Amino acid sequence: MLSWIDAILQGTLLGGLYALFAAGLSLMFGIMRLVNLAHGDLIIFAAFIILFIMDSLGLNVFFATAVALPIMFTVGYLLQKQLLNQTLGKDILPPLLVTFGISIIIQNGLLETFTADSQRLQAFGIETISFPIGGGIAIGLLPAMTFATAVLAIVGLNWMMYRTEVGRAFRATSDDPSTAQLMGIDNNRVFAIATGISFVVITISALYFGNRAQFDPTIGAFRLLYAFEAVIIGGLGSLWGTLAGGIILGVAQTIGAKVNPEWQILSGHIVFLIVLVLRPRGLFPRAVD
Amino acid sequence: MSLLETQNLTAHYGDFQALFGIDTFVDEGEIVAVIGANGAGKSTFLHSVTGLHPGAGKAVRFKGQTIGDLGAADIVKLGMALVPEGRRLFSSLSVEENLMIGAYGRKGEGKWNIQTIFELFPVLERLKNMPATSLSGGQQQMVAFGRALISNPQLLLCDEVSLGLAPTIIKDIYGIFPAIKEFGTSIMVVEQDVQRALSVADRVYCFMEGRVTLTGKPSELDQADIRQAYFGT
Repeated sequence: MLSWIDAILQGTLLGGLYALFAAGLSLMFGIMRLVNLAHGDLIIFAAFIILFIMDSLGLNVFFATAVALPIMFTVGYLLQKQLLNQTLGKDILPPLLVTFGISIIIQNGLLETFTADSQRLQAFGIETISFPIGGGIAIGLLPAMTFATAVLAIVGLNWMMYRTEVGRAFRATSDDPSTAQLMGIDNNRVFAIATGISFVVITISALYFGNRAQFDPTIGAFRLLYAFEAVIIGGLGSLWGTLAGGIILGVAQTIGAKVNPEWQILSGHIVFLIVLVLRPRGLFPRAVD
Repeated sequence: MSLLETQNLTAHYGDFQALFGIDTFVDEGEIVAVIGANGAGKSTFLHSVTGLHPGAGKAVRFKGQTIGDLGAADIVKLGMALVPEGRRLFSSLSVEENLMIGAYGRKGEGKWNIQTIFELFPVLERLKNMPATSLSGGQQQMVAFGRALISNPQLLLCDEVSLGLAPTIIKDIYGIFPAIKEFGTSIMVVEQDVQRALSVADRVYCFMEGRVTLTGKPSELDQADIRQAYFGT
């Protein structure tokens, strides 16, 4: 019995990581209707950037991430402004093709630069710290921080979307880009800011992911898949739904692994399929399309 | 110098030409009406002026500056606001947020702010937290006016603001024009309702098939001329 509770608890904490993966994807889709197929590779890219900063500046992983955040915001801003904005339009195919191309470029660029060796973001030993909470169950410090960060990220993004001027501009542009221009909103700039913010979330998720597991340049596609599943389970356009979707996916995986370790990934996909069949628009849909 | 001036303005949709050399002007403090049947080019004209339809080139001047090559977002900042046809409120924004976003690009000095908009349309204050598109048609039109006014424009463009509204509500909407004009905002209304347009305007342009077919003060135009210019018969 206790081991099941443990599985649910650890799955919930793992779900925080998936929610972080998904939040950036959800943000870009929600505002621009842009499905970023390079999302998973960008997480790996951000992890390598953090690693590079750690090695070259001798910083610890948290300070290195702090340095990486503005860099990644700028990369996202410029990528959207110079490239992705040109792909947006009535046709949904061009952004898919272009982000797929970016995904391939990132993978091969990382292979060339950092080789195919597995890497890990070491956090000066705090990976091993955990707090027993009774009954033989313990909560790891990093998983707990991951989950807390995911909740904070969702709260923060919600606050931005509903309480700030730039959030109003995001929602207005998402509703009706041509009328938004009549308000003096420069759509291209607003989209660039949105992608920049998405890249900030990507970088935060890279910090925790790189800490939790080993990564190499080729494993981005699976992160995209988890992010995608969390967004769809939660319902498009709802940030809280994305958090819930991440948790559901995480719990499904740990429970599956509990039954049979080979079923970990599979059981997540099965839960995703069940949600897709029963509630095609997700559990907490908000966007109306 | 006129506030707004178009000279030989043309507009195309692909191979189709919608406007064939439109000459108009709006002076400060004026209310100018553009009338015409469906497809006469009235909306295209407004879209060209506001920058929503690109390619106006040097044909449009606002406050003496050529604006035909600017985007819509930049033109708003110069002091021109549009109340679009069909209102086009933002459905995921509340009434108050719809009003606030009108001031996104231009926080112009002037009478209009969220408080004075609520004084102009008291009913909106009570509804300010409602989703804007859940309001009645007339109330939505008030939001659309408020959203345009809050940038304190020098020129307010109104595209078919009476379309689909009950006559008493249309009367209310047109009833606010004096209050708008009083604070130095010029107005250009595009209307299918000829009588309504003639009753409110200082000058009138009639469009037909992308050309100006008649212009003058309402008092100087007679019904037969207008019918001729409007229908071409």
